[in-house]
Amino acid sequence: MPRIWKFGADVDTDQIVPGRYAPYMLKEGQDVKEYAFIEARPDFAREAQPGDVIVAGANFGCGSSREYAPDALRRRQIGAIIAPSFARIFFRNAINLGIPLFESAEMPDLVGDGEAVEVDVVNGRLITATTTYQLPPLPDFAADVIRAGGIVRYVRENGRFPGE
Amino acid sequence: MGQTFAEQILGQKVGRAVRPGELVVVEPDVAMGHDSLSPSIIRIVQEQMGAARVHDPAQIVLVLDHVAPASTVGVANNQNIVRRFAAEQGIRLFEVGRGICHQVLVEEQVARPGMVVVGSDSHSTSYGAVGAFGSGMGSTDIALVWATGKTWLRVPETLRVMAHGRFRPGVTAKDFALKLGRVLTIAGATYMAVEYHGLDWLALDGRQTIASMAVELGAKAGIFPPDGEVAARFDVPDWLFVDPEARYARTVAINLDELEPQVALPHAVDNVVDVSAVAGTKVDVVFLGTCTNGRYEDMRAAADVLKGRPLAPGLRMLVTPASRQELQKAIADDTLSTLLASGVTLTTPGCGACMGRHQGTLGEGEVCLSTGNRNFKGRMGDPTSQIYLASPAVAAATAVTGVITDPREL
Repeated sequence: MPRIWKFGADVDTDQIVPGRYAPYMLKEGQDVKEYAFIEARPDFAREAQPGDVIVAGANFGCGSSREYAPDALRRRQIGAIIAPSFARIFFRNAINLGIPLFESAEMPDLVGDGEAVEVDVVNGRLITATTTYQLPPLPDFAADVIRAGGIVRYVRENGRFPGE
Repeated sequence: MGQTFAEQILGQKVGRAVRPGELVVVEPDVAMGHDSLSPSIIRIVQEQMGAARVHDPAQIVLVLDHVAPASTVGVANNQNIVRRFAAEQGIRLFEVGRGICHQVLVEEQVARPGMVVVGSDSHSTSYGAVGAFGSGMGSTDIALVWATGKTWLRVPETLRVMAHGRFRPGVTAKDFALKLGRVLTIAGATYMAVEYHGLDWLALDGRQTIASMAVELGAKAGIFPPDGEVAARFDVPDWLFVDPEARYARTVAINLDELEPQVALPHAVDNVVDVSAVAGTKVDVVFLGTCTNGRYEDMRAAADVLKGRPLAPGLRMLVTPASRQELQKAIADDTLSTLLASGVTLTTPGCGACMGRHQGTLGEGEVCLSTGNRNFKGRMGDPTSQIYLASPAVAAATAVTGVITDPREL
């Protein structure tokens, strides 16, 4: 059963993937997904499973524009990231890659680290052993891009950008 | 209705007045990529977008600065991918040693007032120093610009910073940038553009220092009015001006007359105190460089402090000029020779030790005082290392004593 990984506020992209583990720096055969939170949360790097959900404090993903930070989480098949707010470039990158994000001020106070959980992305629901939480929807354009599986697919399928 | 700089620039791009919150699709004037992310951008253009040619090679600039010259075979191979792509597509490329992307694009006047400049680097807010809308993006966004010529942007609200007074001796633009972090916090301008007013007397280098750190407030752009040195050196379009009717989401006033030298403590950019609160902290390495503070004026400020003084025993000081031109200026007078006489280590112009990848990676437990822009845990090396951020003057005074030092008390 997937679980929740809780983080504090202002998680920066150097914590998600330190620059020293950029794909640019890796050897043939190494995958950036192995280095997600390698130093900030080594148990995540070892144990995170597909479908697991990150619940974090405000301003998740601040700092560098490195897309390999959200990409490492995507390759890890993280089910969703829930935080009161996201740093701007991370927000764009995650949506562009089709990673479900939810902006919720309440969830960090309502769920615990390690709690078993399932996320229903289509209906915006987080389901724990005891409770089903309704998550606030993303803006339409962001939801559309995530539904398409990322911005590249969106642009190729629609022949235009969101808002165009 | 009045318009902020972000509204003027994005409105000019789409040919109509725009308002905060709306989505617009624009053709950026410049889409910059650097060596660290361009291999992934190229892969997205070719493999995911299926584009054999970029939309417009003249829109693209490539800079090899992040790990330059290459430190490993893997990095060298990746840089050759970028070089081959530039040659095949007819894209302008600035080679290893030319300097940090944000410095080079300003020196070459690739970035100019009124432009939209996007880059695969979060410090692309730097272009606001010349009155451009500069913004950082990830690989996929930049790849889409290269393949289609376009990107989408949400028109940001604008936060106005009003500076009053002048810096006292020993206080600089970096202290102002750190003070903004202290006042606004690391997320205080998220999704917003920042405008800096009351600084028409501030030279270009100081504007670059401040604009580079707009992203450390969470901002999408950080834009200076195109006045003073910028108006003297660049063509300013007549539609770009300070509009007294512009509407700001928030205004913050900073009194420069009372500003002290500032220091950001590990491990957050907004964990900022007056230098007096942290003076005496032992430091192993001083790093002078980066897009924030690696210019001639920064090396000069350090040389003025270091002149005739050796580095403290056991302390290393790394100097990484922001560009070859800035290094040449430091060679043309006694700036570089003064620094070298004190015992500094000079490295290739570029990003240097800022990301912990080469040219001064920190080991376990080491303490660094950097003139850079980020002090996140592990950014410059081992996660047990610590980074303090300060101005070049504080950095040089610290290099003399071996402990964090107020340059006015040396």
